[in-house]
Amino acid sequence: MTDAFLTPGQVAERFTARFGAGVHGTRIGERREGKKKEPNYNIWIDLERDLLKPAIRVLMELDYPHLSVISGSDMGDSIRLLYHFSLYYGRVKGEYTVTFSVLLPKDDLTVPTISDLIPGAVFSEREKQEFLGVKVSGIPDGRRLFLPEDFPEGIYPWRRDDTGIPDGMVKDLWASKRPADRPAPPLPEAPACEPDKEESTPSPAGREHGKEGSQS
Amino acid sequence: MSDESKKAPYIVPIGPNHPALKEPVMFTFEMEGEVVREVDFAPGQAHRGIEWMGMRRNPVQIVHLTDRICGICGVSHTLAFARAVEQVAGIEVPERADYIRTIIAEFERIQSHLLWAGVAAHELGFDSLLHLTWKVREQSMDVIENLTGNRVNYGIVQVGGVRRDIVLEQHPIIDDCLGTYEGLLGKLLSLFLDDKTITMRCRDCGVLSKKEALELCTVGPTARASGVNVDLRQDYPYAAYGDLDVRAILPEQHMGETHGDVYDRIVVRLLEVGQSCQIIRQCLSEMPAGPVTAEEKLAKLLAICKKAQGEAIGRVEAPRGECFHYVRMDGKDAPHTWKVKASSYSNLMSWIPMLRGEQIADIPIIIASIDPCLSCTDRIAVISHGHRSVLAKEDLHRLSVEKTRRLQR
Repeated sequence: MTDAFLTPGQVAERFTARFGAGVHGTRIGERREGKKKEPNYNIWIDLERDLLKPAIRVLMELDYPHLSVISGSDMGDSIRLLYHFSLYYGRVKGEYTVTFSVLLPKDDLTVPTISDLIPGAVFSEREKQEFLGVKVSGIPDGRRLFLPEDFPEGIYPWRRDDTGIPDGMVKDLWASKRPADRPAPPLPEAPACEPDKEESTPSPAGREHGKEGSQS
Repeated sequence: MSDESKKAPYIVPIGPNHPALKEPVMFTFEMEGEVVREVDFAPGQAHRGIEWMGMRRNPVQIVHLTDRICGICGVSHTLAFARAVEQVAGIEVPERADYIRTIIAEFERIQSHLLWAGVAAHELGFDSLLHLTWKVREQSMDVIENLTGNRVNYGIVQVGGVRRDIVLEQHPIIDDCLGTYEGLLGKLLSLFLDDKTITMRCRDCGVLSKKEALELCTVGPTARASGVNVDLRQDYPYAAYGDLDVRAILPEQHMGETHGDVYDRIVVRLLEVGQSCQIIRQCLSEMPAGPVTAEEKLAKLLAICKKAQGEAIGRVEAPRGECFHYVRMDGKDAPHTWKVKASSYSNLMSWIPMLRGEQIADIPIIIASIDPCLSCTDRIAVISHGHRSVLAKEDLHRLSVEKTRRLQR
């Protein structure tokens, strides 16, 4: 661990200097809020998959990184995993987030576990396995985390391809009517409102979206 | 369970009804006599698939979904999500809105910590203290209702700002509430911290070392009680916190040492109630004038969001720690990707080292001590588990109360 704190630019540079072409791109986001407009920084680094663990080791030279979570997107022909870390917590107004992103092609969705470096990562890695269908090699505990035990194999809720949630699994509660096998309510029910007539100003975009939601 | 379970160590399943809070999580304890040897847990009993729903809705709709992720920290999730979308879409939030967001977030912390203190007292068998804390908590709920219109799902944060202003007539109501809490804090501190039985039950019970807290990615009061100096309000300026001078509350500042036990978690949370009162006072006196939202018209706001492309992180210090939202938008109505990381998500792993080696009667208070919020962490309706012999919450609670009574004798 070094004593001097690096600036966000220097943090990004350290990775480009160390890994050269293995770093596909870096970006530093800055956001200022409140009256004094104190900045907070978010560093984004796109990496080659093989460099994920070496990069985390470089990060650990700076500070023991806090892993917030691993998030992931289905980009079509690949899955993009994002490892969100933060650095220099405890330093007043000096914490940065550092996000490493790696692309996994859909014909080879394996990524090494990082739980040997950061034990708390298992939780998030288990979630990525069940929700995105990636394979975390070397994971000490590969069980499901949130999905129920009888959830079908081979369906990954966050995928945008054929392995995503099929239409048949979606229950449109908004479209459900009063069950026919119940006794009549003590008071007569008010007539159902017509959502289309009520919504005069809001964007048509929003409504389109609701429809899309019910289909996909 | 096979015949093996008749021999020691015994396997004791607890849940999916939560043994301490009324929160669903399935625990499996490997017991040796009264002592917990190994722990395993299975969350997901309250997973509702909110991220999946959100990826099929537009940001203005999602804001009302995020309010409902959690019944306690409604504003934290919405604020984290709104901050992420604002960064992607390049929306500048008016300064006054930053202050109002901060005030609501701090009231949320006050009511959450008081709720937790009551639960902790109940788990220990001090129901009179539970009634006191929950009675005084009502005043903060009333103020929240006055400010936002709702007690629980506040519906105040919108992308680009807030939906209601705080007017001058509301200041005395807020002042009155803060005065009550500032006057009460000393009493609460002495009731909790000077009580001999609470000290005996909580000191060096459920210990989480600083090293474990770091390695397991723990956040919020749970991490701070183990001596990790981490508080987003101090480290990572957002909303009005960059203008204020917030410092993380660590047990060693107040107690002179850090044990990382249940007692320290009580210390941190109670002192944070006082800190929140100060923050609200400062915000009220320094609040700038001006509009409270960047774009009042929802149709225009949606058009801005629809054009947005890119990705961003929104982080907020929720009552239980870091609340983290990642949003990726690619020029459609709905975000391409949305990931919610609630604060309890990061804290659950810490149960394992805390519970190992502890007594069965201490299980409820240790589980409650991280202030778990499963509706945040889990997000699908559930199929009930098989038929296992389950030690019900009432049994555990009885054991915990009995231990307290034994100590009092």
